[in-house]
Amino acid sequence: MATYAPSLLGVLRLRYRPKRIFGRVLIYSALLLWTFICLFPIYWTISTSFKVAVDVTHGHLIPWLDFQPSWKGWRSLGLSPDTIGEISNPREEFLQRFENSIVASVGASLVACTIGSLAAYGLNRFKYKFGPWRNKDISFFFLSQLILPPVVLALPFLVLYRELALLDTKVGLILVYTLMVLPIVIWVMRDQFAAIPTELEEAAFIDGASVWGAFFRIVVPIALPGMVASFILSVILCWNEYFFASLLTSTDAKTLPVMVASQTGSQGIDWWSMAALSSAAIAPLVFIGIFLERYIVKGLTAGAVK
Amino acid sequence: MENSLPLAGDHQFALASHGVSARRQNAGRVLIALTSLVFVVAFFLQVLHTIGTLSIGFETWRPVLYAYLLWAVGLGTGQVMIRGEHGHQAAFLLPALLFTVAVVIFPTFFGLYIAFTDWNLSSLTGSHFNGLDNLSALLHDAFFWNALSNMVYYVLSVSVQYAIAFGLALLLNADIRARKFFRVVFLLPFMLSPVAVSWMIGKSIMEYRFGPMATLARHLGWGSPAFFATPWISRISIIAMDSWVWIPFIMVLLLAGLQSLPGEVLEAAKVDGANAWQTFWKITFPLMGFVSITAVIIRIIFELKLADIVINVTAGGPGGATDTVSSFIYREYRDRSNVGYGTMLAVFYLVLIIIFVTLLLNFAARWMRKVA
Repeated sequence: MATYAPSLLGVLRLRYRPKRIFGRVLIYSALLLWTFICLFPIYWTISTSFKVAVDVTHGHLIPWLDFQPSWKGWRSLGLSPDTIGEISNPREEFLQRFENSIVASVGASLVACTIGSLAAYGLNRFKYKFGPWRNKDISFFFLSQLILPPVVLALPFLVLYRELALLDTKVGLILVYTLMVLPIVIWVMRDQFAAIPTELEEAAFIDGASVWGAFFRIVVPIALPGMVASFILSVILCWNEYFFASLLTSTDAKTLPVMVASQTGSQGIDWWSMAALSSAAIAPLVFIGIFLERYIVKGLTAGAVK
Repeated sequence: MENSLPLAGDHQFALASHGVSARRQNAGRVLIALTSLVFVVAFFLQVLHTIGTLSIGFETWRPVLYAYLLWAVGLGTGQVMIRGEHGHQAAFLLPALLFTVAVVIFPTFFGLYIAFTDWNLSSLTGSHFNGLDNLSALLHDAFFWNALSNMVYYVLSVSVQYAIAFGLALLLNADIRARKFFRVVFLLPFMLSPVAVSWMIGKSIMEYRFGPMATLARHLGWGSPAFFATPWISRISIIAMDSWVWIPFIMVLLLAGLQSLPGEVLEAAKVDGANAWQTFWKITFPLMGFVSITAVIIRIIFELKLADIVINVTAGGPGGATDTVSSFIYREYRDRSNVGYGTMLAVFYLVLIIIFVTLLLNFAARWMRKVA
């Protein structure tokens, strides 16, 4: 039996062939190029929030080297160190919009995850018959809501909300946002429940558990990561929503994207305050993206990969 | 409405059927009847009040909403009381179903009604039925057809996004260091709100005087870089921003697909002496068929809703070159309060979308069958 023992030199040659090195360089330069494309706008926005007019017009890029960072942009929001203790109207407004955004997106995501998970579980485990409709048709009905463009519902909602006195309220926004993310939650959760073997519940039934008992005590704990994933995905989508928010809210329930959009209209180069506002608006999502990336990917890929 | 009977003996669990006493069943029926009655009475009371035949009624329609909620709770509880175990099963589905019916079906039919009126929120005369006037106005509205034809370009741009996303997914799937870092960074644009992106990129980085991209373009020899002045360049600029946000989405799906590819097949190709190029086109790409089609279809569905970036960066300009249907209708309402006509446009667009997506799904299903 001839054993093949590669010499150290051979291994090195194999590992550091010119062609291989060339390939490596190509891969890493492509990766770095796209990293730059992804990060530059974020870097630009954050750095611009520390600039003054001269730095903007001269296109300075690197703090301390190119320009001396200043708190000007953050001061206009009332969020710089020297103004944080004082009373500031812009900050009051910003915080109110921020709060509205949180209430609307978290509220809608909670509602959607609750009723969406229940429906997804029911559709996965029980057989329904609703007139001529079976499970497949009901699932399709829910998922088909995805193709509905917001613009179709926006104007009827506007008129209806006026009659219902829901215009410019957070409850109104929560209802619309729940509708928007419900198909996505059902899509993700159906996939999650399908992966849980029915034997687990059957064992619980033998022990005398009811349908609800088995669901809450056995299924929910197992499906929790999937629920968290769909929840986070929903929060992101609701947080970024602009179309409905701009039509259905005016003063009380205005969300952060509407505030950002209303400021972009004002021309001129007080870019520092716009940059500060944008940075503050995207900051929560950047953190979610960095720390909860696993869940976002889990939510996005559910059902897409066989 | 109440015949959501699970087929007896057809469900996946062998459940011991609990006998439900006749008294309980009757109580359930009474509960449903009562709450339905409350809802119907509240509804018609308010209809009559609004028309003006009745003086009693509520100030707004909100109590009718509460009545609907009460009816929903009554229906759910009633189902449980009448049908026992099957009622419990129905109770899983009912909340989502009743919610969707209330907030989609009803507004859609209401929208259909609005679409055939001359309702303008700023006019004092209220709304009047005007038959097919809106539809004929739509057929002669050059701006609407222009917006619709722009949608073709936007949808076609998905193919470019797909190609780039596939490249990125391959890069991330390669044997690289710091994969986690690159994955997080590549996903970041997807997290940012399109409105913030409109400012960050559209209004500042691409700004023609001080924006870094304009500076770069000047260095590269483009004398007066203007990204939103001529139709094609502004269209491409909008597409670039939209792609920046959405490429990560396609990439994540494709990466998951790549990671679930059977390793043995790729290994076998290597043993057979296939080079990387051949392996990709003959094995990886065909195996990615299902994931690719799913990703592209979902992406197209979202592309058809494109509005935020256009509204905030160009407002449809120059001369409607970047207008999407959604942003056009948005301005129709915002600038002219023309609810009736705007809704007709939206409904017409919805019909087109349904036809288009149905064709797309059929085409995809047929293609998948041919391949599989």
